[in-house]
Amino acid sequence: MLWYIGRRLIQTIPVFIGATFLIYFLVFKLPGDPVAALFGDKPVNPAVAAQIRAEYHLDRPFIVQYLLYLKGTLHLDFGTSFATRRPAIDSISQAFPVTVKLGLMALAIEAVFGITLGVIAGLRKGGIFDSTILIASLVVIAVPVFVMGFILQFLVGIKLGWLSPTAGPNAPLKNLILPAIVLASLSMAYVIRLTRASVAENLSADFVRTATAKGLSRRRVNVVHVLRNSMIPVVTFLGADLGALMGGAIVTEGIFNVQGIGRLLYNSIRASDSVVVVGTVTLLVVVFLISNLLVDLLYAVLDPRIRYV
Amino acid sequence: MTIFQTDPVGAEPTGFDPVERRSNHGLDLNKPLLEIKNLDVSFVANEGLVPAVRGANLVIYPGQTVAIVGESGSGKSTTAHAIIDLLPGSGKITGGEILFEGKKISGASKKEIIALRGSSIGLVPQDPMTNLNPVWRIGFQVAEALKANGISRGKMASKRAVELLAEAGLPDAERRARQFPHEFSGGMRQRALIAIGLAARPKLLIADEPTSALDVTVQQQILSHLDELTDQLGIAVLLITHDLGLAAERAEHLVVMYKGQVVESGPAREILRNPQHPYTQRLVASAPSLASRRLQSASTSKVDVAAKQERVENVIVAENLTKVFKIRGAGPGRGSDFKAVDDVSFRLPRGTTTAIVGESGSGKSTVAQMVLRLLEPTEGRVLYEGSDIAPLKGKALMALRRQVQPIFQNPYGSIDPLFSIYRTIEEPLRLHGIGDKASRVRRVKELLEKVSLPSSAMQRFPNELSGGQRQRVAIARALALEPEVIICDEAVSALDVLVQAQVLELLNNLQTELGLSYLFITHDLAVVRQIADYVLVMKDGRLVEQASTDSVFDNPQQEYTRKLLDAIPGAHIELGR
Amino acid sequence: MSDLTKSGGPRPGQGHFLADPDETPLQATDTLSANSEPSSLWQDAWRSLRKNPIFLISALMILFVLFVAFFPGVFTSEDPNYCVLSRSPLNKGTPPVITGYHPWGFDIQGCDVLARAVYGAKASVTVGVGTTILVVLVGGVVGALAGFYGGWFDSILSRITDIFFALPLILGAIIVLQLYKGSESVWRVVVVLALFGWPQIARITRGAVISVKGADFITASTALGATRFKSLVRHVVPNSLAPVIVTATVSLGIYIVSEATLSFLGLGLPQNLQSWGAQISSAQSAIRTAPMMLFYPSAALAITVLSFILLGDAVREALDPKARKR
Repeated sequence: MLWYIGRRLIQTIPVFIGATFLIYFLVFKLPGDPVAALFGDKPVNPAVAAQIRAEYHLDRPFIVQYLLYLKGTLHLDFGTSFATRRPAIDSISQAFPVTVKLGLMALAIEAVFGITLGVIAGLRKGGIFDSTILIASLVVIAVPVFVMGFILQFLVGIKLGWLSPTAGPNAPLKNLILPAIVLASLSMAYVIRLTRASVAENLSADFVRTATAKGLSRRRVNVVHVLRNSMIPVVTFLGADLGALMGGAIVTEGIFNVQGIGRLLYNSIRASDSVVVVGTVTLLVVVFLISNLLVDLLYAVLDPRIRYV
Repeated sequence: MTIFQTDPVGAEPTGFDPVERRSNHGLDLNKPLLEIKNLDVSFVANEGLVPAVRGANLVIYPGQTVAIVGESGSGKSTTAHAIIDLLPGSGKITGGEILFEGKKISGASKKEIIALRGSSIGLVPQDPMTNLNPVWRIGFQVAEALKANGISRGKMASKRAVELLAEAGLPDAERRARQFPHEFSGGMRQRALIAIGLAARPKLLIADEPTSALDVTVQQQILSHLDELTDQLGIAVLLITHDLGLAAERAEHLVVMYKGQVVESGPAREILRNPQHPYTQRLVASAPSLASRRLQSASTSKVDVAAKQERVENVIVAENLTKVFKIRGAGPGRGSDFKAVDDVSFRLPRGTTTAIVGESGSGKSTVAQMVLRLLEPTEGRVLYEGSDIAPLKGKALMALRRQVQPIFQNPYGSIDPLFSIYRTIEEPLRLHGIGDKASRVRRVKELLEKVSLPSSAMQRFPNELSGGQRQRVAIARALALEPEVIICDEAVSALDVLVQAQVLELLNNLQTELGLSYLFITHDLAVVRQIADYVLVMKDGRLVEQASTDSVFDNPQQEYTRKLLDAIPGAHIELGR
Repeated sequence: MSDLTKSGGPRPGQGHFLADPDETPLQATDTLSANSEPSSLWQDAWRSLRKNPIFLISALMILFVLFVAFFPGVFTSEDPNYCVLSRSPLNKGTPPVITGYHPWGFDIQGCDVLARAVYGAKASVTVGVGTTILVVLVGGVVGALAGFYGGWFDSILSRITDIFFALPLILGAIIVLQLYKGSESVWRVVVVLALFGWPQIARITRGAVISVKGADFITASTALGATRFKSLVRHVVPNSLAPVIVTATVSLGIYIVSEATLSFLGLGLPQNLQSWGAQISSAQSAIRTAPMMLFYPSAALAITVLSFILLGDAVREALDPKARKR
């Protein structure tokens, strides 16, 4: 088991280095001169430009720049923001908890509703409930998140006034419900489909027939044998989804004015604040990698066959 | 339907001793425990109702063992599942009735059926690999059967589960109960399933091919153990099997099913000695476990024997073959070496068949792979026509590939499902650049004819063919390059008895006709008897015994070989032939 | 096994029974029925698809959308770029004289909604199809090579795949599109979406190839004399295609949605190009006064995406090995 964890950790390191390198390369190398971009339409002041370049090590060879950045990142030092001239970590650490809250709420919503609906649909495969849920989940997948966002914001937030249509700064949890639902909707549709398929597959498994032949009640067979086994792929999907939810929050946060990491990222991209962009994305990648690592551990806990690999 | 019945249901037969008997369960032994009357089972398909069982009749008395024998698709498992309402969603009973202790249980309510399952009728299912839930501990899965039937609960149930596992012949049951199914071998899993089936002490145990996935020696152990247990406990057994020899050995009453119908039933020995129905007759004649001699070919050799004799006598010689696999361990540096094959030497004389027999894990297939040069030996060498095959490359390797061809076990896996039969058989010709298109078409037709398939089969695809037909296509493909040697790796193991007999006969005729040499890898000694001239017995990677087939069967030298021979089901049954 | 047998003959119901051999004839062992047409996996799949209403509807919808994309002039005679502010629903002044056929009305800039939706189809379809082709080519090749050759080669390719997989599709696309404003064309979006989309197909292909390469027919083809590469091309790849096709079909819908999201953020297609995403984005501000303006392009988008997902589902069912007869 320890070896299993260790091996997964070792595999994560090159991915972390590779992914951060990719981000750094895309942001600092590809678009030409990030410093010149800072001046916008104004003429570039060579003295100021040189000073900035030295400050951000942009006068050093690219690989050295990257290594210095990586070294800073390991100390949670993402550098100083181009735009605000404050450490990037300041704005990031302000926005991060909001998005974590939003992400966890969305995760809870998709887990509770996704699994419940998926299980019922799977157990009654082919029935009216199943067909309805299946079509509804497909529609959710087909409608872009921002359209879903507008519609819910307009209907629930404005027309019905049940929930706050926007979050704003220092939003209480209550105001995050609507954006969390929107953020969760797409993944929830996937969870429903995955749960349904998994339950339906396990229902016809040999060991379920054997359990039935033991004389167990239908309920116990369903709970102990069908559901327990069906949860393996679903829980692993949910675990890996936290990272994806936080990365995907960029659109939802924009619509509902949530002052989270997605909004920060979007504004920084617009403002060509490369330092904050790289820092934010690095953090998101770390969340993604950690949640994937957790999933692997979860998988080992849920499926005894993995533990001894 | 006209029924030739020497003993119509319900009539009192002569010679039956009407002394009243009571079983351990306090049942009247003269009253049937289970009666199946004119049972029809159908499956709902796109085309409408497809009948799977038609008008089946069956009677089981308390404490008795009754066997249903049939090939795949005969409806034997469906009949068994219908008894305790375990048919899949699309299956349903469309006629007849099932009585248990005189009470009608077909069409009973869910509640009644659940009350019946486990406590009155237990089940030991077919495939031990898929019938235990992989995420629960073995002990839990046994205890569950106890709890469900109100026998014991909590700690008591766990304790009882350990006892039951021990009773089913699982060594070190206390520790084993805490393990998961994937830590068990097939035989151990089957024992756990038997413990589950017997947990609530049912009056009837349905054993659905309980051992067909296991090695013969394990199979014999488990069946004997099951026999003892059910005898002791007075439990009746309905044994479902494809193996006539096994059925006759274990059951007193046989029911032979064919294409969904019961074609013949009666006392086991009588059916074996005096089969009446043409199907039963064929089955008795083809059962490999009952056969006693090598197949003789009807056709005469077209090969110039004199020309052959000029060459080396042994087509293949294996010298001290050893294969070591590295196994990745649970940690760095914890990997270990596994010697799959250990110092194996043998020769394959031209135009004969040498069989390698062994149970799973004996290393027999690894030997085959090394002879085919699909695996490199760790030590030792393989000589083909007197020269080492290891250094062969490019053209020389292609030449070897032309001469040594394989036929694999799984008829569903050894042919590319996307290739038509024509492309399948043509592939080796194309790879070796033989002939033009027209001549290749002619050759494929010729080859199909050789394996008795119509040339119209060329346009077909593998999924339209049965297992036996696919195996014949695989044989045609192997023959395409006119090889000297064919390596048959469990080539007939997956086939039904009659089909198996047909394929063996085909292989035998081809050998005579084309002067082929076979290396025949199998776990089934009964098949060896029919096809092989020489036998090598392998165990744990080592060669245990090698001799001519007759001397191995008539005068085995090693304890292990004797054990293997002993384990052939039905080997001791005297047939009145 | 029971001692009961020793005591006399068979018991009631257990005598020697023989079914009438005429009623239960012995059929020839293992004959090939001659009267069915040949069916390859693809033919079989096609036959079952032809009868599947979901497939028929989604395929017809897709053909319709493709037709709209290539021949927009058939569906509207209006110029999507011809906008008159006075026609906007926000205009509370004197209504202008409107000529022509405008069933879906006008948007806030006073452009014809139908014309914009019709002309927007092309961009969405191009991005969807283009990205899918690129992703299948790149991801398919990487996944197939990694899965087939294994070992350290697989380790390296898999880690590279993981690296790109760690950046979510939309997030990566936003960064690159915002920072790298080169040529203004549809293909820029296609390339960027493919850059972050290929790892998914690579993973699927790799898994499929690994499960196929262990099959006996691959070993058989090696033993027949095929080289590794020939086995890969002739046997492994064709047999691994099914899950890749299914995933690609569903992904095609996802890419269309992604393009719309990017256009919504003002990052996707060039401004002068009509697209559903841009149309939805511009309709957003008027959701209270003119909700149908949001509805039409969203519905067009959703129905297109839904068609591709349903098509993927139908194909998955048709190719399911469990459903195939043996």
